[in-house]
Amino acid sequence: MAIDTKKCVGCSDCVVACQTENDVPIGHCRDWVVEVMDGTYPQLEIELRSERCNHCKNSPCVRCCPTGASHYSDGGIVLVTKNECIGCSACITSCPYDARYVHPDGYVDKCTFCLHRVKKGMQPACVAVCPTKCMYFGDLDDPGSEVSEVLKKRKYKTLIPEAGTKPQLYFLI
Amino acid sequence: MKSRRQFLKISSLSAAGLVFGGGLLETFADNLLKNNQSYFKGPYDFARTPTYCEVCFWKCAGWVHKDENGRIKKIIGNDDDPNCNGRFCPRGTGGVGMYFDRDRLKTPLIRTDVRGKQSFREATWDEAFDYIASKMNKIKEEHGPECTALFTHGSGGKYFGNLLKGFGSNNIAAPSYAQCRGPREVAFLATFGQGINSPENTDIRDTKCLVLIGSHLGENMHNGQVQEMSDAIDKGTTIITVDPRFSTVAGKSKHWLPIKPSTDIALLLSWMNVIINEELFDKKYVEKYTFGFDLLKAYVQPFTPEWAYGITTIKPQQIRDTAHEMANAAPAVIVHPGRHVTWYGDDTQRLRAVAILNALLGSWGRRGGFYNPEKASVPHFHLPDFPKPNKNWRDAMGGKYKLADLALASGVCQATIPSPEMSCSIKGWIVNGTNLINTLPDQKKTIAAIQALDLLVVVDTMPMEITGYADVVLPECTYLERYDSLRISQGRVPSIALRMPAVDPLYNTKPAFWMARELAKKLDLLQYFPFETIEEEIDWELKQVGSSLEEMQRIGVKLLDREADDLYFGEDEDVEFNTNTGKIELYSTALEEEGFDPFPVFTQHPEPDSGFYRLIYGRAPMHTFSRTANNPNLTDLMDENSVWVNPKVAKVWDLKNDQYVYLENQDGVISDFKIKVRITERIRWDSVYMVHGFGHADKRMTRAFGKGVSDTQMITNVMIDPIMGGTGMRGNFVTFRFDNKKAEV
Ligand code: SF4
Ligand code: SF4
Ligand code: SF4
Repeated sequence: MAIDTKKCVGCSDCVVACQTENDVPIGHCRDWVVEVMDGTYPQLEIELRSERCNHCKNSPCVRCCPTGASHYSDGGIVLVTKNECIGCSACITSCPYDARYVHPDGYVDKCTFCLHRVKKGMQPACVAVCPTKCMYFGDLDDPGSEVSEVLKKRKYKTLIPEAGTKPQLYFLI
Repeated sequence: MKSRRQFLKISSLSAAGLVFGGGLLETFADNLLKNNQSYFKGPYDFARTPTYCEVCFWKCAGWVHKDENGRIKKIIGNDDDPNCNGRFCPRGTGGVGMYFDRDRLKTPLIRTDVRGKQSFREATWDEAFDYIASKMNKIKEEHGPECTALFTHGSGGKYFGNLLKGFGSNNIAAPSYAQCRGPREVAFLATFGQGINSPENTDIRDTKCLVLIGSHLGENMHNGQVQEMSDAIDKGTTIITVDPRFSTVAGKSKHWLPIKPSTDIALLLSWMNVIINEELFDKKYVEKYTFGFDLLKAYVQPFTPEWAYGITTIKPQQIRDTAHEMANAAPAVIVHPGRHVTWYGDDTQRLRAVAILNALLGSWGRRGGFYNPEKASVPHFHLPDFPKPNKNWRDAMGGKYKLADLALASGVCQATIPSPEMSCSIKGWIVNGTNLINTLPDQKKTIAAIQALDLLVVVDTMPMEITGYADVVLPECTYLERYDSLRISQGRVPSIALRMPAVDPLYNTKPAFWMARELAKKLDLLQYFPFETIEEEIDWELKQVGSSLEEMQRIGVKLLDREADDLYFGEDEDVEFNTNTGKIELYSTALEEEGFDPFPVFTQHPEPDSGFYRLIYGRAPMHTFSRTANNPNLTDLMDENSVWVNPKVAKVWDLKNDQYVYLENQDGVISDFKIKVRITERIRWDSVYMVHGFGHADKRMTRAFGKGVSDTQMITNVMIDPIMGGTGMRGNFVTFRFDNKKAEV
């Protein structure tokens, strides 16, 4: 997934759409918005970006899960099988991005890239709702996909690359 | 669990990281699907019903989806709707919270004590209507039917409007006019013979240069405009933002002009000076379409960028550079008129300057500038003639504000306060869907007007402050539980949208159509309600345009044909403008006739005393004024406002981030509640900023009560626009207080 920080206005629509789509309880979220500000008045810069699980290729959360509930699924999407999750929170501690939370029902929950929608040929809820159309979702292994195309054209960064988790969210800058 | 907040302090690359999303934990069992569903069994094929959003005036059309238990689950934009293109804004997506909000009004209430005290008894609908009808008849007998008024914001207004007109009054006002966009309409009418309306006819999609003056698109989520701005960013459009605050869009702008507040007219005049003197204006357009160019040229001579520098603090070079950017992009340039424009009382003149600048650049009627909106509409059933009122609120105004093209909510309020000058003191109000306590500036005056009433009826879904003053409260069901009149949008392609109930109303709540019609029965006005149900009326209207209720229930949105298919003026086309001269009036003969300046004049406005800061307010993308302040989904994103303070100011006051303070304004009004300090470089040192719509004083709104400060409470100095009666609200100054004890007098 690629997210264009030049277009994101930080409105949090992606957060609400995810909450209603995925029944995320109020008070929790699978995605969130970060504002980073730099400079002094009037020489200022601001970056807004929508964050979520990075679906890392080298996921500490999957490695440390004692029950195998956290696993890689289709296309490298990192998922939690809730019936197998014992809520020990080892994954939460291991994730450098704070992408997971404990659901009030006792299991750990996080972004699934809306796999249930993607399997139907739909976009994830956050991508589909974003009023600025600043998110691109698709197959990074397919060089012809929209997301691969946009990464060819634009400068981008990943978050905390030094953690070595090989994150798969790309922020266009 | 680590909170996102902690997480951010670690990870953000520089100075201050801030997170939205994930607030306080609140059990909201109704909304959860407790029965375990695996990630792979998705909720995609639920029954869906069409609606259009009621969270703001943009009225995006969408679909309400329900889960397998028939509970409302989510609202998604309708792909065929030109207002939203399938994408709702956060408030619209969170609209489900309006339905689930447990603090909703649940049953009709009748007052049992004095106004302002929360003592009501529950009543049946019949009792409530009898009470209202007998009071209205009494007002009619003693003072005349003209002494009633309707304030309305929202979809049910049409039916209460017909009721009131049938009763014999045309005092029908919306605070969205004199408190918001009125000056813009009057200024553009005076210049181009046509207002801006909603959705705005700004062709942002194809613009090459977008100039925003105090307008913070992206924080105000006027959906279509935000979407088009994003498309324009993709295409490399130049954005110029004029704002004392580093707004979100300032962060996306090539030029940010951090202007000294209240000096915008000086900047606009100096832009005209550069564009005229450097001959950057559209000569053919100006010659063919405009009136008064030579006079304007002579008039703007003194207003050089050097002159403006001293006033606005914007460097002359920056003024020239931005003028060149506009001229290079012309005619695909928009000097955006904004929406909430009632700032300093000379707002019509400021918007006139905006209009003139657009005319010089030739952007009106051109691609990438302002398109010609479509006029198509849907016929309404012909009602019997309404009785002609002998007088209305305007008579109480002594001939002022003649150029106002709509009723002034503040004017009606004024005409309610008994005074020797006024012949018709209004005695009864129906307030539909607008929390006047927080939408009209100068709360004391609003309350004084209310105390002078014989009858106050409030129709709302939530126990807003205004309901605390009502004699009768009528609980409306939310937009997800009712039909309403069709949405007719003009825009580039005219469209209609249907709202129908997704579920039955919760509690003892009812739709506006039903309430107005039941009242009409009691008042013998049934002839103005020829249809027994709203479905029949909508079906009749739809059949006039070749559709039907049945079809619209399936498709939700239908595009109509444009009546005229020219979005822009043709090459050398002759155009007759609806002004006195038939031309675009650079020199306004209409203003001159009424004794006002035919060209905009810059006047110096008062500045804050030492220790005080100008109060600037604005919007957050996840809230619409008070309307969303208690919405469980949206308060989860933002549940209080904060006061933005420049670090230099914070140092002087020894303020810390996240510390709570009270505010006190120039008139000694101290805020009821405390507000959180946000120290940020994003605001000038002579101003503070807060988001409007917080600081609710009604305990029945459990999530909103006491959260943050109400800017309206701090706005006691209202600068009235002499041209159209707009209420300028930016002439208020606040200081910080660490307690809320009133000073001894
Ligand atoms: S919905 Fe889009 S614009 Fe809004 S915060 Fe999310 S990513 Fe940014
Ligand atoms: S972001 Fe965190 S939860 Fe997601 S895959 Fe990476 S380590 Fe795991
Ligand atoms: S802009 Fe947002 S709040 Fe307004 S009508 Fe559209 S979805 Fe609703």
